[in-house]
Amino acid sequence: MALSADESGRLGELLTSRAEVVTQRWTEIIAGQLRGRLSQAELVRQVQELHRALVDALSKGAVDLTAEEATELRAVLAEFSRGQARQGFSATETATGVFALKEALLSVLGTDQDAAMLRDYVSFSALVDQMGLFTFETFVRTRESLIADQAEQLLELSTPVVKLWEGVVAVPLVGTLDSARAQVVMERLLQTLVDTGSPYAIIDITGVPAVDTQVAQHILKTVVAARLMGADCIISGIRPQIAQTIVALGIEFGDIATKASLADALRHVLRLTGVETSRRQSRREA
Amino acid sequence: MTSGVDLGRPQAQTVGSDEDVVRVRQMVRTVAVAVRLSLVDQTKVVTAASELARNTLVYGGGGTVEVTAIDNGRRPGIRIVFADSGPGIADLELALTDGYTTGGGLGLGLSGARRLVDEFDIQTAPGQGTRITITKWSR
Amino acid sequence: MERVPILKIGDILLVSIQVDMSDQTAVALQEDLAERIVATGCHGVIIDITALDIVDSFVGRMLSTIASISRVLDAETVVVGMRPAVAITLVELGLSLNGIRTALNVERGMELIAIDRADDHDDPDDDPVPEPTASP
Repeated sequence: MALSADESGRLGELLTSRAEVVTQRWTEIIAGQLRGRLSQAELVRQVQELHRALVDALSKGAVDLTAEEATELRAVLAEFSRGQARQGFSATETATGVFALKEALLSVLGTDQDAAMLRDYVSFSALVDQMGLFTFETFVRTRESLIADQAEQLLELSTPVVKLWEGVVAVPLVGTLDSARAQVVMERLLQTLVDTGSPYAIIDITGVPAVDTQVAQHILKTVVAARLMGADCIISGIRPQIAQTIVALGIEFGDIATKASLADALRHVLRLTGVETSRRQSRREA
Repeated sequence: MTSGVDLGRPQAQTVGSDEDVVRVRQMVRTVAVAVRLSLVDQTKVVTAASELARNTLVYGGGGTVEVTAIDNGRRPGIRIVFADSGPGIADLELALTDGYTTGGGLGLGLSGARRLVDEFDIQTAPGQGTRITITKWSR
Repeated sequence: MERVPILKIGDILLVSIQVDMSDQTAVALQEDLAERIVATGCHGVIIDITALDIVDSFVGRMLSTIASISRVLDAETVVVGMRPAVAITLVELGLSLNGIRTALNVERGMELIAIDRADDHDDPDDDPVPEPTASP
């Protein structure tokens, strides 16, 4: 429901003439529910900014939140909700911060309840609802992007590719490997091979509790991709249960070298490179 | 978007020669970068486009390729349509089998390209030409 | 049509593919290389594909054919510098590049050829002898 141009003008005037009372009441209501988690000065600043943007939009003749005239108001609301999301306020607290405006407005409408006034109030309520929903949406989007960022950081942290020896890199995999993570790990491993010029990679899965077909396929494809690039992979630390799963799923590990532990794998690689420098040994036969 | 690709408006390229296949690859890459496909996904979709554009040229006797940046509301993607009015494919299932070829290639064009994309649709009949639509979504 | 330059460094021919090759260019490279191997008597060929952002089945087949042809002409081919994204895509495409030796970079490729030549007579049956492939 949109405001009429008249209503929007009248409300703008009311909000301007009674600015002090409205913002004060508004601040009080929000402060009540925040219980001191935001400084009074900061809160006052936020409320005044919202108030100013709202008056500005109404005086320009905005009839609802999607209007061209309300661009600035939307920006201020978005900034407000992003701030709330980052500071750990809940979605409800954020939205009620906006809804509190209704109550604040009621306090300046006073007791002279003629019908016109009531209509204005209802229309204005609809605008505030829009504002609340907009806030809510921005809040959720901010949270979602925060979560996505954290997930990415976690992924980075949980999948280090380390250089073990000259020409040998290793990825110690710890924790559950889902398809997305397996893919990220494998891409990073291959890139590290290029960056360090290492012809050997050890994929250690000691810390992986289980593998499913998809994850096993990812590992296999990585080994094949590494070969295409001119590097060899050794898989170490296969637990008994995983070995059983691999056989049960009918996954063919073929001629891929597997070793019991990371230490065994490294010894294997060092022996290969040692032999290779003194006498010819085809890497393919390893 | 720095590449200046107009999202939503298809870019078209006729395929009548080897060089056109190269142009298709470049066009697909530009759009794939614009819709923010990961490097691996860019590589996959460009490779698929290269296979299919070559099919359009070799088996379809030439045709057109249309590349569009799309959005399904949740994520952006790239859609490519390969159309020719060549002889069409009689046994589709056979044509989609790894290693099957009538053109002396490796027989990985159709089946391989299908594995590289998220959606693969083919419409063909003998004498009716072939129209293949592929889609790759940004992750 | 563009042609890919072939450089001779000692006993090795180095091909660094820097352009997005049309199929014709790829076929021309195949022919040029065969001629240069015979003309120079080189025993090693290094094909550097660092700059290639895709390898499709046509280029894959060209690489295989070059490897086979050069083997018939007593030269070892090593493909170097394949990008991770390209390798991942090739695996998905189902192209295994059988019979092609690969190395991470030019330096390692040269090492590989040097080791090969050092004791070529040790085990000549390292790779199965491929069928002679005619240039299309």
